[in-house]
Amino acid sequence: MFIRSTAALAAVFLLSAAPLSQAADKPTDPQIAHIAYTAGVLDVEAAKQALKKSKNKEVVDFAKDMVRDHEAVNKQALDLVKKLKVTPEDNPTSKALTKAAAEERAKLAKFKGAAFDKAYVASEVAYHKQVNGALETLLIPSASNAELKSLLETGLKIFQGHEQHAEHVAGMLK
Amino acid sequence: MVSRRHLWVALALTMGAAPAKAETIEVTIDKLVFSPAKIEAKVGDTIKWVNKDVFAHTATVDGGWEVMIPPKKAASLTVKKAVSVDYFCRFHPNMKGHLTVTSP
Repeated sequence: MFIRSTAALAAVFLLSAAPLSQAADKPTDPQIAHIAYTAGVLDVEAAKQALKKSKNKEVVDFAKDMVRDHEAVNKQALDLVKKLKVTPEDNPTSKALTKAAAEERAKLAKFKGAAFDKAYVASEVAYHKQVNGALETLLIPSASNAELKSLLETGLKIFQGHEQHAEHVAGMLK
Repeated sequence: MVSRRHLWVALALTMGAAPAKAETIEVTIDKLVFSPAKIEAKVGDTIKWVNKDVFAHTATVDGGWEVMIPPKKAASLTVKKAVSVDYFCRFHPNMKGHLTVTSP
């Protein structure tokens, strides 16, 4: 009985651990390129929503900075994958990011004026924190190509800069 | 004769007035880093930021001046008074530098 319940417990453990171990698997370079590119595209989409909805100069300027920087870094990413002959590969992390971003945009769409500005900037702080975490703990350590790793490291500095910039704008909106 | 002497005086004055000691101090921006991070200049010197990134940056002093440095371009500032200030990039506040200007 004891043995059986231990076995059952182990089975439960294995089942619940399975998705985790899958997520903890090192992503491949084509997957990493896809995740990094997607993260940039999603932030550009968020910024474009802000450019349509916001009338606050600080927020509009911030959103323009996001579009400009993320488009620039993604252009570099595209040039690199072309050079390396790597085809970015869709993966569960990219899908999860895309889904979460769509939900966030739908949520933000309901806000107006100052409420929108605050919610957008707060969402930008959280988003950049999340992507920075992923870059630091998973994407950069997993990247095997040196040039890809270097681009991700530059990307991390850009994202960290944006996080601080977003925090600064959030402080001004209070 | 007189006019020639005047010419020499004028020339000497021009040479004396030229900021012979003024230098250009170059700061390179590469991968979101100001390098060198700390610079020292004298009043009259020019600071030239050379941006190697594909991103626009600024050299901004909180409550003071700001120099815009477009991607893959350079921008300059001639320092006019003695100060010691921290500066940063307004777009990426994690980029930091320090400028010390002394009287010549």
